[in-house]
Amino acid sequence: MTVATNQTILVVGGGISGMTAALEAAETGKQVVLVEKNPWLGGRTAQLYRYFPKMCHPTCGLEINLRRLKANPRIQVYTLAEVTGINGVKGDYTVTVKQTPRYVNEKCTACGDCAKAVDGEIDDAFNYNLGKTKVAYLPHVMSYPQRYVLDPSIKGTPDADKAKAACKVGAIDLDMQEELLNFKAGAIVWATGWQPYDAKKITPYRYGEFANVITNVEFERLADPKGPTGGKILRPSDGKEARNVAFIQCAGSRDENHLRHCSRFCCMGSLKQTHYVQEAYGDAGKSTIYYIDIRAIDRFEDFYQKVKANPNVGFIKSKVARITQDKDQNPVLWGVNTEGYKRYSTPHDLVVLAVGMEPSVKGVEIPAEVMSDSSGFVMADPANAGIFGAGCATNALDVNRAVQSATAAALRAIQVVNKVARAEA
Amino acid sequence: MSNMNEQMAAKYKNNFLKEIEEQAEMGDWVKMCMQCGVCSGSCPTNFHAGWDHPPQEIFMMIRAGKREEVLTSNSMWQCTSCYNCYVRCPRKVPITHIMHGIAEYAYRLGLAPKMQPSLHLSQTFWNNATKHGRVNEVQLTQSLYFKDGIGAGIKKAMEMKDVALGLVKAKRLNIMEALGGGHKCKDVDGIHKMLAKAKELEAKRKAGKAAGA
Repeated sequence: MTVATNQTILVVGGGISGMTAALEAAETGKQVVLVEKNPWLGGRTAQLYRYFPKMCHPTCGLEINLRRLKANPRIQVYTLAEVTGINGVKGDYTVTVKQTPRYVNEKCTACGDCAKAVDGEIDDAFNYNLGKTKVAYLPHVMSYPQRYVLDPSIKGTPDADKAKAACKVGAIDLDMQEELLNFKAGAIVWATGWQPYDAKKITPYRYGEFANVITNVEFERLADPKGPTGGKILRPSDGKEARNVAFIQCAGSRDENHLRHCSRFCCMGSLKQTHYVQEAYGDAGKSTIYYIDIRAIDRFEDFYQKVKANPNVGFIKSKVARITQDKDQNPVLWGVNTEGYKRYSTPHDLVVLAVGMEPSVKGVEIPAEVMSDSSGFVMADPANAGIFGAGCATNALDVNRAVQSATAAALRAIQVVNKVARAEA
Repeated sequence: MSNMNEQMAAKYKNNFLKEIEEQAEMGDWVKMCMQCGVCSGSCPTNFHAGWDHPPQEIFMMIRAGKREEVLTSNSMWQCTSCYNCYVRCPRKVPITHIMHGIAEYAYRLGLAPKMQPSLHLSQTFWNNATKHGRVNEVQLTQSLYFKDGIGAGIKKAMEMKDVALGLVKAKRLNIMEALGGGHKCKDVDGIHKMLAKAKELEAKRKAGKAAGA
């Protein structure tokens, strides 16, 4: 049963921003309900291999946040849940949440016997579908809650019985139904995050047609030891080592035909990813960044300068015009170098498109009156002053800025519920 | 140097960007270019014939005030109007139109390259089509083939004779039109009057621009 009043803060989205907003609010003594549509918390940050600028692992930050979360009785977490309705006004909202069944209850010890027992496989969403996972799966090693999930496709198959039989603790419950939950909230933090721009729409780059043209988020999974290749940077087409990697900046961003805005994180993202190539192959690993201009946002200019000083990283000032493929399935990049206006057509082992950010909710109906800008990012709406955007739902941000934004949103939400509390006192 | 060229050079002194913005059609878009290079890389002619300068470089040269090099360049005349650059430009700069705008301005100033094939075709086609309101294919082809002299013309005509015979067979080409005026539109006088009026309006508009109105 959800314990919620109109002094409760609802946080929509359990990524780095949503978790931060929920924790900051709960640690000041507020009641918080955190709703996440995936079966795990951490969002896209958890899917990164490393962060810039310190090159540390997101699992570290995630661990700290999960520890805070577990220690805090004021946060109620719903995973596999989506907000479907918001009614009412600031200080007095009624929220409807659709809870999708996990088919695994809280008795689960994450032993993994069910996954061993089943045969069926599905695309591994955590690895951006680069690999397969079993129909009974733990999304990733640090999943919270640390419980397995059964994919709905398992229902009615022999795998369902196998999974149930394999479970020693009786955690599998195939009779779970979709549920609608209703509860009160005084303020809402909208932290639904971002999605990578659909690279298929940038037709001259042939993403989806050429196996060796991938996106930056997929490259993170390739570099991660927990990813589909065990951390080896291998080409999808033939599993060969990708020693000569090209990065194409502004793939979709800063483009009137695609995303109008600068996505801000992708320059730093690619600069960071050149480290992965360097670490994997040493001096045999070459990276080339094709760019319009490098925007090492914030105080990251020194990070850029260090990468620039690496003789294994080349910079070509040019937005690649198109990609073809040679007989060995090497992507060939065509364009004109702005420095000297010389033509090039250069083959690489692997091409990484530094795709931009677009809000997750773009084109999706938000069940409330929320203002958004021309790119679909949520804006502060004076008319609806109880709903606050946080993190990448509001703008293209890196992790650092998303956390700042989430803290700000938490503070705003706290002020609303404080007012409610004073009125009722 | 033509009189108009000297006037314009004097009028804009060292501000060639302003000159292009005000005098060439769509020239006010030049400042929007961010030098990403997608236009140059997308150009079908760029990887074959090779231009003096790809569009991206032309725009930068305009901003750098390289008046003589830009206006006498063959680049604008190489454009095939495929519109790849315009379609792909991240800033929606109408590159194809700008290239035509600069070409036309260079022509008006008398700086266009002499006997440039695209320029020659444009002029020949225009004269041919406006004479009777319909294109006379035989005469148009003749004047293009014999552009570089009688010998070259005969050689080219022999190369293409199978195509020509096929066209004659399909009744798409009438050899007799080499002699007479060929097919015409119904109201030739009307077309001529309309064109004259359009020319007058255009001349007035451009004179006004040149005078700084």
